[in-house]
Amino acid sequence: MLNFIQGLGHSGLTFFQRLGRANILFGQILAGVPGILLRWPLIIQQLYYVGVLSVLIILVSGFFVGMVLGLQGYNILVDFGAEETLGVMVSLSLVRELGPVVAALLFAGRAGSALTAEIGLMKATEQLSAMEMMAIDPIRRVLTPRFLAGFISMPLLAAIFSAVGIMGGDFVGVGLLGVDEGAYWSQMQASVDLYDDILNGVIKSIVFGVVVTWIAVFEGYDAIPTSEGVSRATTRTVVHSSLAILGLDFILTAIMF
Amino acid sequence: MTDTSTPLVEIRNLSFARGDRMIFDGIDMDIQRGKVTAIMGPSGTGKTTLLRLIGGQIKPLSGTIKVDGIEVTKLSRSALFQLRKRMGMLFQNGALLTDMNVYDNIAFPIREHTQLSEKMIRTLVTMKLQVVGLRGARDLMPSELSGGMARRVALARAIALDPMMMMYDEPFTGQDPISLGVLVRLIRELNDTLGLTSIVVSHDIEEASSIADTIYLLSGGKVVAHGSSKALHESGSEWAKQFMNGLPDGPVPFHYPAIDYAEDLLSAGSK
Repeated sequence: MLNFIQGLGHSGLTFFQRLGRANILFGQILAGVPGILLRWPLIIQQLYYVGVLSVLIILVSGFFVGMVLGLQGYNILVDFGAEETLGVMVSLSLVRELGPVVAALLFAGRAGSALTAEIGLMKATEQLSAMEMMAIDPIRRVLTPRFLAGFISMPLLAAIFSAVGIMGGDFVGVGLLGVDEGAYWSQMQASVDLYDDILNGVIKSIVFGVVVTWIAVFEGYDAIPTSEGVSRATTRTVVHSSLAILGLDFILTAIMF
Repeated sequence: MTDTSTPLVEIRNLSFARGDRMIFDGIDMDIQRGKVTAIMGPSGTGKTTLLRLIGGQIKPLSGTIKVDGIEVTKLSRSALFQLRKRMGMLFQNGALLTDMNVYDNIAFPIREHTQLSEKMIRTLVTMKLQVVGLRGARDLMPSELSGGMARRVALARAIALDPMMMMYDEPFTGQDPISLGVLVRLIRELNDTLGLTSIVVSHDIEEASSIADTIYLLSGGKVVAHGSSKALHESGSEWAKQFMNGLPDGPVPFHYPAIDYAEDLLSAGSK
C-alpha cells in the first residue's frame, strides 16, 4: 500500500516536473520567434518537411473520409427523403469536426513523430550539445523554426483535408449515388457560415497545430539520449498529442457551438 | 590586455555530483596557455564532465572555473555564448549535423556568427578543410564519412572561428592506426601553428602522452597525479604506476566492491 502511494506521488511529481519543463521550453521557443522570422529560409525549409511532406497522407485520407461520409450520409438521409442536404452534412462534419481533428491526428502521426525522432536523435548524437558549444542556441535554431512550421502548416492541412473530403462526398453522393449536383453544392453554400463554421474550424486547427508541435518538439528535446529513450519519446508524442487533440476538441466544441 | 603569464583555465576546489555520487571532490587544475594538457583517468571518472564544466554546459556544486580570467560559473547566458565563440570542442563522435554536407557543417558556425559573404566563407572553409586534409570531401554527407574522417571534419568545424582553446573529448577512441596517427599529429600541429591551448581528455596513454606537455591523472573524484609524461612514468605514485603501465590491479581494484567471495559462493545454495 505504502509502495502504491509512493509510486503515485512519484508519478505525480514527474508529471508536474515535465509540465513545468514543457512550459519553460514553450516560453523559450516563443522568445525565439522574432529572431527566426528574419531568417525565413529556415522556416520555409521546415514548412517543406513538416507541411508539404504531410500533404499526400492528408489528401488520401481526406478523400476517403469524404467518401465514407457521402455514403453513410446518403444511406441515412435517403430514408427521410432528404438526400439533397448531403452536401450540408458532409461539409459541416468536415469543416467543424473531422477536418481539424482527423488532420491533426494524422499530422501527429506523420510530422509530430518525425519531429520528435529528429530532435531526439540530434540530442543523442550530441548535435544539440555541439551547437551549444558553438555558441548557437539550439532552441532558437532548431526548435523555433520547426514549431512555427507546425503552427503554419496545421490549419492549411486541415483546410486541404476538408476541401478534398467535400470532393470525396461529391464523388460518392453525386457521382455514384445520383444526388443532384446543384443541390449538393447550393445547399452547402447556403448553410455553411464563414464565421460560425469555417472560422471556428480554423481556430481549432490552429490550437491543435500549436499543441501537437509543442508536444513533439518538447518530447524530442526532453528525450533520454539513447535509442530506447528516443523510441519512447516518439511513442509519447503520438499518444499525448492524440489525447490532447480529442480532449481539446471537446472543450473547443463546447465553447464554440 | 589579457595577462599571458596566468593559466588559460584555472580550476579551484571544484566539486560536482550526479545524484549521490561525487564526480569531483575539490579538484584544482591549471591549463597553461599554448600547451597541450591531457586529462586522463579510468572510464567513468568524469573526464568528459570536466570539459562540459569548463564549457559552462553544466554548473558545479562548488568551486571556481576561470577561463581567460572569466569566471564561467557566474556568467549570464549571452556572456557565456560570447566566451564559447572563443572555445572549440571536438565531440567523441564528431557530432556533425547530419542534414548538412561537410562544407555546410564547417560553414555553419561562420554563417551563424558572422555576416561574411559566401565567397569569403568558401575561402575560409577551404582553408580549414585543407588543414585537416579533406578538401576533396567537401560535398560528402556525414553518413558517407568514416569515423576518422568525421572527426577531422568536426575538428575543422571547431576551428572555423579561430578559437583560443580547443577541447578534445576522447579523440582517439575507436580509430584505426592510420586515423589515430593523423589525429595525434593534427592536434599537436594545430596547437602549435594556430597558437591554441589544447585540453585532451583521453584514456589512451600512449597517444595522449606523446603529445601532451602536462598530464593530469584523475581517479575517484580527485587529481591523483600531475606532471609531464616522463615525470608520471617515473613517479613513485601507485596510481600513476598502475595507470601509466596499464596494470590490471592496484589502487583501482580489479574487482568491483562485493561481499566476501567464499561467503557469496556459500550463500548461493540458500537462495
